[in-house]
Amino acid sequence: MAQLAANGEEPEILFWVGCAGAFDDRYKRVTRAFVQILEHVGIKYAVLGTEESCTGDPAKRAGNEFLFQMQAISNIEVLNAYNVKKIVTACPHCFNTLKNEYPDLGGVYEVIHHSTFLQQLINEGKVRVAGGEEFKGRRITFHDSCYLGRANDIYEAPRDVLAVLDADLVEMKRSRANGLCCGAGGAQMFKEPEPGKKDVNIERTEEALATLGNDNSIIATACPFCMVMMTDGVKIKEQEEKVQVFDIAELIAQAEGLGKV
Amino acid sequence: MIGIENIVFLLVAVLGIGLFIWQVRKIRKNVLLGRDTELLDNPSERMNKMLLVAFGQQKMFKRPLAAVLHLFVYVGFIVINIEVLEILIDGIFGTHRVLGFVGPLYSGLMAINEILAALVIIACAIFLWRRNVTKLPRLWNGVEMRAWPKLDANVILITEIVLMLALFVFNIADMKRVLLAGGEVVGAYPVSHLFVDAFGNDPGQLYVIAKIGWWFHILGILAFLNYLPSSKHFHIIMAFPNVYYSKLLPKGKFTTNPAITHEIKAMLDPSYQPPAPKTDAEGNPVIERFGAKDVEDLTWKQLMDAYTCTECGRCTSVCPANITGKLLSPRKIIMDTRDRMEEKGEHPAIFAPNHYKELGVERVAVTEEKTLLRGYITPEELWACTTCNACTESCPVNIDQLSTIMDLRRYLVLEESAAPASLNAMFTNIENNGAPWAFSPSDRFNWADELYVPVNS
Repeated sequence: MAQLAANGEEPEILFWVGCAGAFDDRYKRVTRAFVQILEHVGIKYAVLGTEESCTGDPAKRAGNEFLFQMQAISNIEVLNAYNVKKIVTACPHCFNTLKNEYPDLGGVYEVIHHSTFLQQLINEGKVRVAGGEEFKGRRITFHDSCYLGRANDIYEAPRDVLAVLDADLVEMKRSRANGLCCGAGGAQMFKEPEPGKKDVNIERTEEALATLGNDNSIIATACPFCMVMMTDGVKIKEQEEKVQVFDIAELIAQAEGLGKV
Repeated sequence: MIGIENIVFLLVAVLGIGLFIWQVRKIRKNVLLGRDTELLDNPSERMNKMLLVAFGQQKMFKRPLAAVLHLFVYVGFIVINIEVLEILIDGIFGTHRVLGFVGPLYSGLMAINEILAALVIIACAIFLWRRNVTKLPRLWNGVEMRAWPKLDANVILITEIVLMLALFVFNIADMKRVLLAGGEVVGAYPVSHLFVDAFGNDPGQLYVIAKIGWWFHILGILAFLNYLPSSKHFHIIMAFPNVYYSKLLPKGKFTTNPAITHEIKAMLDPSYQPPAPKTDAEGNPVIERFGAKDVEDLTWKQLMDAYTCTECGRCTSVCPANITGKLLSPRKIIMDTRDRMEEKGEHPAIFAPNHYKELGVERVAVTEEKTLLRGYITPEELWACTTCNACTESCPVNIDQLSTIMDLRRYLVLEESAAPASLNAMFTNIENNGAPWAFSPSDRFNWADELYVPVNS
């Protein structure tokens, strides 16, 4: 972003990478897959790079409003300094915070989650999913992220994106508005769960596995936290040979022939 | 013809309604313990929501069987109220079926009434069965489902059955009496018709039975009216305003505390002038707690939520924390709020919260503190929430359980610094590294190092 700004240019979109997208080894692959799609369709984009900082979402959900606002106010300063208008992010938590909670603090942007963005690219014919890996006949189930679904009523965009893969899309019993959380929201990602009889991600993974039922199938996610929780769940259930967890951007990148990421 | 009976009736009716208003004022006072919040925007959207969700029962239909049974009772309640109006007029002025002049419309109304009353009895019987025999988990399990909530539910269902039976007794005896006298029956009574001979052929006896049925029905209604404020059944009134004032914003948007914004801005820019703090009646500045420790720290809407809850347990049954055996139950948060409100403020005629607070709290280690936090709700419950909004989505009357959980969490963090150690570590990481994990901010762009971007893109 700094380079573009130095050249007096403005990007069409700012890609907000998010902490998981920048630091988590697994989710870095999603970041790269999404960037490859951006490059592939030739859209002018920018990232903040080292100028990006946590949106403050985990602090806010954990009750630390003070820390959240500190983060938000300093991020808004950076974003406004670059005159950012449109933000795309692959993280529903960043998405929700930027879209819904930054305006009160002076940060007003058009914020789009990558599921909606990919849906638009497909609708515009910019992504045709040709020349890459075939998903025909493979079973895919989409796990709704709470902060995408119930929090922001985005249920169809990720499903529309998956629909172009021509795979066998199956729904879990608890899906869309009735979807079950992966267990990581509300800052649970960063702490041990309270005593109980089961971990939430195991409950959800069992449901996904029961829905998929056969080998060589995929749990699709659209959230870095869901990705971690479902991947861990599949590992704990010792099904990682049979069931893989992918972000929708990775699946599109693979189908588009942008290489295994 | 107005006689002594009518005067007695008028007195009883005035007394019953007066007592009810007195109780409602207590509840209003309790709700107004809460902080102010502006919820008067978008009246047309709010009205639509109220028509759909409260009047139209929209969210009930996620569970079709319960929805249909509840619909019988709900429509029965609304339609039978028209007959109650007639009863009031008849009772005061000594008339007999005063609305009968509308002819066929009246017949239709009475017929629908009778069918609905029969359906109400059937639905309530099934509800009793589900609660007490099959013990539907969401109605039976949970530490908050102590003696009183279970008794309350059964009292409501049995009362409704008895009231409907009294209505039938009156209709049957009244119809038979008119028939014996060779008169024309005003209205149509398809159900009572089946039992028309149930009370014999003695006109005097029938007169007494009809009177007993009539008086029992109306006295029962007045008594039930005064039971409502002590009961979860108060939802029949509160559902409407509660949905009207429900959250119109995306569920993911949590409240932002402007006091904190001013504090941060003043910190970053010494010349920043925060607005003058709110003052009380004597002009002293009001220092509000960050977050909520007790009921007065919640908004009036959050307190209204507590009076709207029907304890149906939909929220708890979809809560990921509760499903996996954690202590958190969103329903308990709401029920605790009501109990604490009535402990601290006023309590209606029948219900006295202290009588059962100690029961059934084995796993919830509450303390003796006289506050909502810790006295009723423990940090362990609050920290189990994933903020997934399944509870708010499931609530048929748009209660916002999550906002109360969040405000209690905020108090723990902002006023007591009492977050779990791992969350404190996460806060420190964000403060120092700008990320919830302990990575160096200078490595934030490293993901691009391994990026292969096709040249011919």
